[in-house]
Amino acid sequence: MSETPLLRIEDLSVGFQVAGGAIIPAVKNLNLDLMPGETLAIVGESGSGKSTTAHAIINLLPGTGRITGGRIMLDGQDLAQASEAELEKIRGTAIGFVPQDPMSNLNPVWSVGFQVEETVRANGLASTKQDVRKKAIEVLAQAGLTDAGSRMKQYPHQFSGGMRQRVLIGIGLAANPRILIADEPTSALDVTVQRAILDHLQERTREQGTAVILITHDLGLAAERAEQLVVMYRGQVVESGPSLEILKNPQHPYTKRLVQAAPGLSSRRLVSARTSVSATGKAAIAQADASTGTATAIAVNNLTKVYNIRSGTFTSTPLTAVDNVSFSIERGSTTALVGESGSGKSTVARMLLGLEKPTAGSILIDGEEVDHLGKAGMKALRRRMQPVFQDPYGSLNPLRSITATIAEPLLVHGVGNRAERQARVFELLDQVSLPRSIAGRYPSELSGGQRQRVAIARALALKPDIVILDEAVSALDVLVQAQILELLNDLQSEYGLTYLFITHDLAVVRLIADHVCVMNQGKIVEAATTQEVFDRPREDYTRKLLDAIPGATVKFGA
Amino acid sequence: MANKRKSANHYVAPFDEKSVDVIDAVRVDDKVSNLWLDAWRDMRRRPMFYISGVLILLVTLVALFPTLFTQVPPDLDCQLSNSNGPPAPGHILGYTKQGCDIFSRIVHGTSTSLSVGVIVVVMTTILGIFFGAIAGFYGRWVDAVLSRVGDIFFSIPYILAAVVVMSVFSAYRNVFIISLAIGIFAWPSTARVLRAEILRVKNSDFVMAATAIGVSRFRILMRHVMPNSLAPVIVVTTMSLAAAIVAEATLSFLGVGLPTTFMSWGNDISQAQSDLRTAPQALIYPSIALSITVLAFIMMGEVIRDALDPKERATR
Repeated sequence: MSETPLLRIEDLSVGFQVAGGAIIPAVKNLNLDLMPGETLAIVGESGSGKSTTAHAIINLLPGTGRITGGRIMLDGQDLAQASEAELEKIRGTAIGFVPQDPMSNLNPVWSVGFQVEETVRANGLASTKQDVRKKAIEVLAQAGLTDAGSRMKQYPHQFSGGMRQRVLIGIGLAANPRILIADEPTSALDVTVQRAILDHLQERTREQGTAVILITHDLGLAAERAEQLVVMYRGQVVESGPSLEILKNPQHPYTKRLVQAAPGLSSRRLVSARTSVSATGKAAIAQADASTGTATAIAVNNLTKVYNIRSGTFTSTPLTAVDNVSFSIERGSTTALVGESGSGKSTVARMLLGLEKPTAGSILIDGEEVDHLGKAGMKALRRRMQPVFQDPYGSLNPLRSITATIAEPLLVHGVGNRAERQARVFELLDQVSLPRSIAGRYPSELSGGQRQRVAIARALALKPDIVILDEAVSALDVLVQAQILELLNDLQSEYGLTYLFITHDLAVVRLIADHVCVMNQGKIVEAATTQEVFDRPREDYTRKLLDAIPGATVKFGA
Repeated sequence: MANKRKSANHYVAPFDEKSVDVIDAVRVDDKVSNLWLDAWRDMRRRPMFYISGVLILLVTLVALFPTLFTQVPPDLDCQLSNSNGPPAPGHILGYTKQGCDIFSRIVHGTSTSLSVGVIVVVMTTILGIFFGAIAGFYGRWVDAVLSRVGDIFFSIPYILAAVVVMSVFSAYRNVFIISLAIGIFAWPSTARVLRAEILRVKNSDFVMAATAIGVSRFRILMRHVMPNSLAPVIVVTTMSLAAAIVAEATLSFLGVGLPTTFMSWGNDISQAQSDLRTAPQALIYPSIALSITVLAFIMMGEVIRDALDPKERATR
């Protein structure tokens, strides 16, 4: 390539000042070149400095962050040294920005039209009132909103997440900037919406010849959308180059692990649990089969949940969250319940756990109907069936030590004395590969993945047969996610556990599940073995979901 | 890392620079940390904590052992010949209109102010926690009923209500009655703060997790919800102690507080107002004592609030 880069970043360092004046580095000696019209993706886990880099380019660093060294060259001008007035001119007109969260980046008290008009005016795209309005409608129409004229008067809460992100992309591209920085533009959205938004973004930027810097944690997504990849780890670039080249031939050990772990790219079940269960696991399954007289751990028949949504003072409209759902899970196997937000998958989990009452239908655990259980029966059931929830930051009480947290189920069910419980806590910490030294610590001292391990240890404390995993790995970084999945898999083969794995992420499903139930709008639209669903999806909706897995279309050389 | 790279080149950072074997390795500080411990460490770094702490300690000491600070009896040895007299040896602040030692009266009045403050706070905290916790946690009609009861009390300005109560009980005025009069109308603010906090905490995932484990409702409230909701209550409590002290002084000043036979800052201020121009010291010194005490508690409340507020901490 002989072209000169549009944007050249040389030795950029960014730090955050903490109390006492010390500066904690967030980005160290970063170099990158962005060619005109090119899409470049910066990939990294949380805390890798990828977003900080993006914010540093337009000098929108939050709080105490500042550029501590290096140059950001755009048209011979160093943005790192530019004054606030100069930057204001550059933002919007030369460099557009699409923020991460479409929910919080539109001001809820102003109409969408007003906010678009504001951008138009601020960037000097039009001056008279009519022109501004005309241009704003144009921006919204280009953003893919039908009926843009009447939508101008609506407020952000009347828009769906995807529509809001379209508006934000429209605002970012309104002034025809030469560079668009998109900071995780779709990570808050459902996969199918994500795909539509990224297609839209690609189309628009290609039309206008805009260069894009795409910030993402998803290697598959980055590979699919960008020509150039920059992989960041702990504030530094570990590897950069053409996307396919890096995917096919990763050089740095970190990149290698990342490529290996990316669920969208790899495609095998870790190890099928039912076939490779250890001797102890087999014994546990056989014993449970014998004692309950059935090999079915969970059977759900015609389960329905209807919520009454208040619409007026005395009126309410029924909303069917779960509609006539039936499935069953064989002991010692994993079934994944997959769906987008609002599909009713979490409601099914909550009903299974007895946190909600079904409107109709029945749930049988080990052949026993849950609805007929009394208070004591329910408590006994909870001993056999334990949950792990999504948010590792919210699911542990911040004021209780790790020991107290893990030992709580033992205490509630009156298992053992104090010393025995402590011993069991240590045993559980070993099982989830956490050092015993953290027993007296508090959740705030642990990372997300470690907290999720604690949550798993708590779930296993009572030696349950069934574990309900509600988006249990969705909030974790890719490598940590891979670790947790492996842990879950090991535990399953060791103890013959039955998993119900609830997730929106089909890519993860392939790694852990034996069976898949795809849910859409409260109904199960397809249920089959994982292999079948991925190889021969029968329903259009399933196909759409599969196509939306980022990286699914990336072809390896192998 | 001096190597520059050109676009389209495949750049790889030197391997040895960072080890990737330790992804998500457990790294814990030497010090155990959680909300309360962090707050405690944070407080000890603030000079305001020491200033208000020492003042509160001093006031408490004076209230408990007044004779350590003055040997002069506050109301027995008064001589009208000293009426509104200037400072004299052994009587550093001078005399009141009745010829009593001002310093001694301030010292002996401390326990009244502090007792009223403490009794009111104990009352509002018990009532507030009871109503707030039950209303917030059990919700539905229980919340509706309890919150309306709170609203009724909240809608009556508590000074006004206390004036009425004290007038009705004019024959039985003592420290306990005046505390009751103030406390009975002051608890709704504690209850409201706690209720709001409990509504927030009870939707946490860890509460759901506890339910799914099989923990009983009451135990969830006591073990999981309450400890996570108490921080703002402590702040409100510290500040309301100051408010109660002011309320007592106000009531006594208005003549519906404690009878004049009680040693009280409010009473002294009230009695001194008629001679403000000729003998300001009789009014000014008790006022200063009142201000310092109230200020100490308010400052302490603010220190605790800042230390407990994670948002506040994040910006530092």
